[in-house]
Amino acid sequence: MTAAKNAGTPRTVAQLLAAKDIVIACGPGGVGKTTTAAALAAKAVVEQGGRVLVLTVDPARRLADALGLKGIGNDEVRIPDEVFAGAAAHPRGELWAAMLDTKQSWDDLIRAHAPDEATREQILANPLYQNISARFVQSHDYIAMERLYEIHTEGKYDLIVVDTPPTRNALDFLDAPQRMADFFSSRLLRWLIVPYRSRLVNVAARPFYQVADRILGTQFLADISEFFILFQSMYSGFVERAEAVTRLLSERRTTFMVVSTLEATPVREAEFFSAELTARKLHLGAIVLNKVLPEYLRDAKTDKLAQSMEKSSTELAQGLTDDPAVAARVIVEVAESFSNFGVVARREAEQMAELQGAPDVLVTVPFFDADIYDMSGLLRLGAQVWD
Amino acid sequence: MSAAVDLLDLKLVFVTGKGGTGKTTVAAGLAQLAAEHGKRVLVCETDAKGDVTALFEAPPTDFTPREIAPGIWSMSMDTEASLREYLKLHLRIPVVGRIGPLAKAFDFVATAAPGVREILTVGKFCWEVKERHYDLVVVDAPATGHIVSQLAAPQAINDLVKVGLIRGQTDWMLEILSDPRQTGLVAVCTPEEMPVNETIELATRIREETTVRMSAVVVNRVLPELFGQREEEIFEQLREPDTEEVLSGRAGGSVAPVLEAARLAVTLRRTRSTHLQHLQAGLPEGMPVLLLPYLFARSFGARTTRQVAHSLGEELGL
Repeated sequence: MTAAKNAGTPRTVAQLLAAKDIVIACGPGGVGKTTTAAALAAKAVVEQGGRVLVLTVDPARRLADALGLKGIGNDEVRIPDEVFAGAAAHPRGELWAAMLDTKQSWDDLIRAHAPDEATREQILANPLYQNISARFVQSHDYIAMERLYEIHTEGKYDLIVVDTPPTRNALDFLDAPQRMADFFSSRLLRWLIVPYRSRLVNVAARPFYQVADRILGTQFLADISEFFILFQSMYSGFVERAEAVTRLLSERRTTFMVVSTLEATPVREAEFFSAELTARKLHLGAIVLNKVLPEYLRDAKTDKLAQSMEKSSTELAQGLTDDPAVAARVIVEVAESFSNFGVVARREAEQMAELQGAPDVLVTVPFFDADIYDMSGLLRLGAQVWD
Repeated sequence: MSAAVDLLDLKLVFVTGKGGTGKTTVAAGLAQLAAEHGKRVLVCETDAKGDVTALFEAPPTDFTPREIAPGIWSMSMDTEASLREYLKLHLRIPVVGRIGPLAKAFDFVATAAPGVREILTVGKFCWEVKERHYDLVVVDAPATGHIVSQLAAPQAINDLVKVGLIRGQTDWMLEILSDPRQTGLVAVCTPEEMPVNETIELATRIREETTVRMSAVVVNRVLPELFGQREEEIFEQLREPDTEEVLSGRAGGSVAPVLEAARLAVTLRRTRSTHLQHLQAGLPEGMPVLLLPYLFARSFGARTTRQVAHSLGEELGL
């Protein structure tokens, strides 16, 4: 990672990556976020060198297979140079990849913060803990950022590209560290822990217990209390950590890349996301728009031409092929199809106009003929985003 | 298709799908179709973005259902409001003034004990079914990643909580959720690699981890088949440089972009049909797969919702 540090506002993704340590790819689900993150990391290794890590959540199976990521987990794995050679590319640095394993990450976190072995084992064995770590949706959001922090602190990589988990609300992961801190500092946590000792002492909390008892049952409440008493031993470690994670997200060398398509719903989410990032004073480095239809579909002259082709298909088809009747039909189909896609392309162009101006860099990536499932595909995509 | 009639005869349908596949569009289309068949339908939003109501060109709704189109009511889930209703109906707790702190306390417990929040959500839907306020409740459910934990919550709570009111509540919820004549799940995907894989996995997880039955898979945005085999041969002949030039001369402008666009459409359709085959092969025997065409529309609103309803009806043989 050299150069471009003082080059002012980056104009391309290449310049952006050269100036940052962490790129967080975020945005709505189903827009190619994972693939885009992987493509950028691969391209960065080929073009800029250094040690680059892509921290991903759930890559498409064929992509994971092609990169040799099958069965990898929380530990970072180096992508062999042969994978690049297979795509006729020469990496100037190293590409590493890791896949987020929520359960494993939680366990690691407990191991790191538990005050002693007994507490550690008790927590790991607690049914509520197992429930939270394995299934708790919000824990996924937190743990992704937590893991990023951990890897970043180890300082082994020049660039980390993070693929964020699909969240119900695209911003959940941004709030997760703060929520985690609030959670542990809350007065309610103390209330919950009290009944284990002497709940009658606390008059203010009494109505709460009465209701909680009726809803949840005493036993369940006791289970919850036990869990939190155990957890409280890690209180300060957790809060400090969550605050550090929040700081990392707003650091100068961290940037966000919103990935979307120009479909109506994703684009609205992307817009919302961009606005929120700005409101939180987080750095919106780039917007990447995937699967954008080619520009020629919007051409007004061609659209007119297609309309007239449809009308005069029979005359146009005369003597051109060995079957004028079929040819006329084909001309009608082709012309209609052009008009249809033209409608979508124009709709997309309008959507894009609304997005312009927000980020430093706005990139569009055309609709590829085939799915991306190997290194050549990734680098092809990377090249589209790069300059 | 016999599964067809089933879908509109259900009382509670969860519509889920990977983000970006159009599950909201399908949920709205299904509600529209049911209403056109004379049903009173409640369509529920779970993430309060107002997307469902936008598809009927109506303003967003809150927790209290409001009629947004003939025969269609809409509400958006709000766990605090749901808790308020729950306390009023089941515990008869006079907490009007104190609901704020109580809700906060509950929120806290819900954060700590997974399943509690989900129960309030799923419970509300089941409640509407139990009370027979509507003929059909359509839920624009969370994306595939979250739906399993939501639907599995009543069972999970049932296992975790041995006594207490919640335990009593989960019993009747489970009864509704586990009855394939009342409750079903519709998974929406597009003919693309990730959505297809996710849908196949979802089918397995729904079967193994929940008591809800998956009723159908809807494949959204299926591109039209432009040509048959003979047409494609002729198309290739038209794309020969000499022929293309003659054609351009006659048409009075370059037809190259028009032909190129058709080639793109054909290629896209072809790539996608392999994913479609993969989907069909990966789903359990006999799972109905409904295909919805790609909509070449300028914008999405009441008109496209009716189109979706129409296509759904055709696929269901209605």
